[in-house]
Amino acid sequence: MPKILAVDDSASMRQMVTFTLKGAGFDVSEAADGQQALNIAKQGGFDLVLSDVNMPVMDGIQLVRELRTLAEYKFTPILMLTTESASDKKIEGKQAGATGWIVKPFNPDQLLNTIKKVLG
Amino acid sequence: MSIDLSQFHQVFFEESFEGLDSMEGGLLDLNPDDFDVETINTIFRAAHSIKGGAGTFGFQIVADFTHVLETLLDEIRAGTRSLEADHIDLILRSVDCLREIMQALQDEDEPDMTTADELKVEFEAILAGESQPKTKESQPERASSKETPPKETQSTQASASESETTADGSDSDETSESTESTGHWEIYFKPDADVLKTGNEPVRMFRELEALGLLTSDAVLCDVPDFSSLEPESCYMAWNLTLEGGTREEVDEVFEWVIDESELSIRWVDETATSSISTDESASTAEDVSEQEDGSESARSEEVSEADVEKALEEVIEECKHIDEEDETVAEADEPVVEDTVVETAVADKTPAAKKAKKSSAPESTSIRVGIDKIDSLINMVGELVITQSMLGQLGEDFDMAKLVRLQEGLAQLEQNTRELQESVMRIRMLPISFTFSRFPRLVRDLSKAMDKKIELVLLGENTELDKTVMEKIGDPMVHLIRNSLDHGIESPEDRLAAGKSETGTITLNAFHQGGNIVIQIIDDGKGLDKDRIHQKAIEKGLVTKDEILSDEQIYELIFKAGFSTADVVSDISGRGVGMDVVRRNIQELNGSVEVVSVPGEGSTFTIRLPLTLAILDGQLVRVGEEIFILPLVSIVESLQVDLKMINNVGGNNEVLRLRDEYVPILKLHEQLNVEPENYDLEKGLLVVVEADNSKVGLFVDDLLAQQQVVIKSLEQNYQKVEGISGATILGDGRVALIVDISGVLRIVNQLKGKKAADDPRAA
Amino acid sequence: MSEQALSTSASVQTKEDVENALGSHDAATDQYLTFFMNNEEYGVDILSVQEIRGWEAATTIPNSPDYVKGVMNLRGTIVPIIDLRLRFGMPQVDYGAVTVVIVLKVGTETGDKIIGIVVDAVSDVYSLTSEEMRQPPDLGEQVNTTFIKGLADVEGKMVILLNIDVLLNLQEMPDTETLKRIVAETE
Repeated sequence: MPKILAVDDSASMRQMVTFTLKGAGFDVSEAADGQQALNIAKQGGFDLVLSDVNMPVMDGIQLVRELRTLAEYKFTPILMLTTESASDKKIEGKQAGATGWIVKPFNPDQLLNTIKKVLG
Repeated sequence: MSIDLSQFHQVFFEESFEGLDSMEGGLLDLNPDDFDVETINTIFRAAHSIKGGAGTFGFQIVADFTHVLETLLDEIRAGTRSLEADHIDLILRSVDCLREIMQALQDEDEPDMTTADELKVEFEAILAGESQPKTKESQPERASSKETPPKETQSTQASASESETTADGSDSDETSESTESTGHWEIYFKPDADVLKTGNEPVRMFRELEALGLLTSDAVLCDVPDFSSLEPESCYMAWNLTLEGGTREEVDEVFEWVIDESELSIRWVDETATSSISTDESASTAEDVSEQEDGSESARSEEVSEADVEKALEEVIEECKHIDEEDETVAEADEPVVEDTVVETAVADKTPAAKKAKKSSAPESTSIRVGIDKIDSLINMVGELVITQSMLGQLGEDFDMAKLVRLQEGLAQLEQNTRELQESVMRIRMLPISFTFSRFPRLVRDLSKAMDKKIELVLLGENTELDKTVMEKIGDPMVHLIRNSLDHGIESPEDRLAAGKSETGTITLNAFHQGGNIVIQIIDDGKGLDKDRIHQKAIEKGLVTKDEILSDEQIYELIFKAGFSTADVVSDISGRGVGMDVVRRNIQELNGSVEVVSVPGEGSTFTIRLPLTLAILDGQLVRVGEEIFILPLVSIVESLQVDLKMINNVGGNNEVLRLRDEYVPILKLHEQLNVEPENYDLEKGLLVVVEADNSKVGLFVDDLLAQQQVVIKSLEQNYQKVEGISGATILGDGRVALIVDISGVLRIVNQLKGKKAADDPRAA
Repeated sequence: MSEQALSTSASVQTKEDVENALGSHDAATDQYLTFFMNNEEYGVDILSVQEIRGWEAATTIPNSPDYVKGVMNLRGTIVPIIDLRLRFGMPQVDYGAVTVVIVLKVGTETGDKIIGIVVDAVSDVYSLTSEEMRQPPDLGEQVNTTFIKGLADVEGKMVILLNIDVLLNLQEMPDTETLKRIVAETE
């Protein structure tokens, strides 16, 4: 099963994302900020990274930049979870190398559809 | 699939309350003239998370309200608006307001939005006013979106990208075309060379398009450079695609993420109007459609099947990965990750149902955030316990006396495992006291403002850990002590200057561990307690007589007596009809103590001592007849055998013990607890002198047994509160033993005394 | 009957089992565990019965009413034990080999509580339909009969089915005379 890394500083969002994805059969790991995510990602094997933008320690944009410098994650899909109001963040995220975005608030079905599309 | 989002509500509320706390803390640190951007970022992030969660979990009113707050913070953060003191106040009030709204939502009540609406108007006034030139043009749009809740769904998102596509030069009326098979989409797609580096594989997009209808693709390879200058990570290809099916929105959505990094045109070809376009012609069509600078390139196009493209791309990607891996020289050492795991702990509510009815509707189970290191150590302990258990099991299978030593060793091991396990489990409930301390900056800020005093609050030992239940109960007594220091301790700036002190007073909260206790100090550098006035007052109130000669300590102790209040006018700040006696009683109910030390002109220090946990008690087992009772070790002063010479009889049947220079009343535990004792004769039993509520009493028991730690169990859970008993525990043999509530027993005695006095006309 | 704890599940089938055996889902059929007290037979809803134990000495609670025999350790939980005879004001008897404690889950305002009741002896388990159950007679406003769920005639004997949620929360307890009158008037 594809391995997904879900990154969000909000525990409730993490739980919701994890619950949804695990329910669909994905193998999910969680991280609460960019730095944690990076450390976990380095252990390897993730097929997709799903990350919030605004986080303490290391934000989502920087996380994308860091991940893209790693050989393993050069081409891995990275989706940003962003709010509609932060359209400049979308552009910033794209420039950093993000694959795309999912707009908050989203419901579990929307999340799952997008992920399934990306992973095929 | 539908997922019940309400299962995440509890976590959402908890983290939102935490977020509000951290917003509050950050706001209190903010100085409009000189602030750290990171502080603003922290506040912004908390607001942003609450907004995001609220929107996701269906609390639109919270999301809407947080939105204006977030907008203001975002402008301050981006530097397009300067931070003013008014902003801090406004956001602080919003934090309070959000707390109430969330509390109502958590209690499943209808939240009162009056304050929120008023605050929103204030925010809108700020956001609309004096907008500096750099402020985003989206301002008015944001203001209007507050009237109608923003419907942030996929469709708005899709339409947003749609308008961008339209700007690209395609006809907007194409969007109205349907999927009716009277035509097809013609798409020219040339992604930027870097597209693969964003994880966007054209193959995925083709797959999505295929899902919409029959797809024909035609790769344009003219941009592929010579092999020598070819960069394997770059994409040089372009595609002409025809798609029979799908709506414009669906097609747009496929390209949504790459629209800004590619040349893209999407055109609807109506087959009823145009003659059918064959694949041979598609190249030239594409040429027309795509507004390429160099139109000649598409001439060398060749047809490639999608599978071929996919295969080629994959090969390229594999190759890239390979190259990179070889280049990788530095193997970075992973930093240890300290994650937080949320462990759901049902915290049984030990307080009686005297709480507000409203409260009882809220789920009583709360969660506690536990560091993963604590969980790991717990797992290790259990592992060791299992090993010991299996070792003992084997030993028991064919036991003979030769193995006695090993059995004893095994049991010693078991004892150690159990003790370590118990300590580990206790540690799970331990939280840093910063959870309680964090309330106080706001309190001090508001109170000093209200009283025109200048006060700096210093927090020390914030990481000192204590039991969650103790923490929850120590908050109110601390609030009272801090109010007291602010009101009675710290002088006004004028008085301080006159006394040669700095204008700003300091209140220090200090926490540290000492033995099995946590010590919390509230230290102020104010005027100190006024000994003479306290003494005077105590005489007036009849707490002491004029002739009594008291030490300084004894005088300070008087402020904890019931019916004592030194404030000439009961102020709104520390009055409220609650005296220090209540503070002391609350602390004693936690098996703790409070005392004060004061130096005139220099300040006072209140010291609270509390056990680290309420779940375990160091107990002294005593026997009364057949029954075993437990006395809290902390309240025992000494135990002694009675010499009748030490006993005086006062007022009929009241016996007192002369203990050095004190007279200690004797209380027969069997009388109070209504059990049959072994001895009625004082000389044959033992006296345990205990202290509570500042008075000593000698408890008469038959025998002293072991001292041991006992796990406190609730009597109220299945029965009810029993006067004079604070709980129960289970002894090693499985029997239940009751824990004596010393101050409770004293209360019973005092009540009886009062009753006797009232019954006896001579006493009156 | 030994002094060891008895499991109800061993001797008593679950409601579902019984329904399956009957091949029907007659929702009106309820099972009752009955016991003797002062030669009268009483029943409680079997779903509220947690377990049945032999009598063991309990730790007395100071200054509690005489019918509260004390508290017992039920696998780490402190459970109060109530002598139902004394609660009803019946004459006290010495506890013997068949004296049992029925551990019940009782719904109260402050949530479910686990309480043990001491009875003379456990009798049987009956399945009763609502038609077989009779309402207690109206003895006027002075006598509260809400603690009685109903009365049933089982093989010629009258069984008083108790509503334990009400019974164990009652402040004023009916006395033996009232109980006798209730039985007499129903018959």
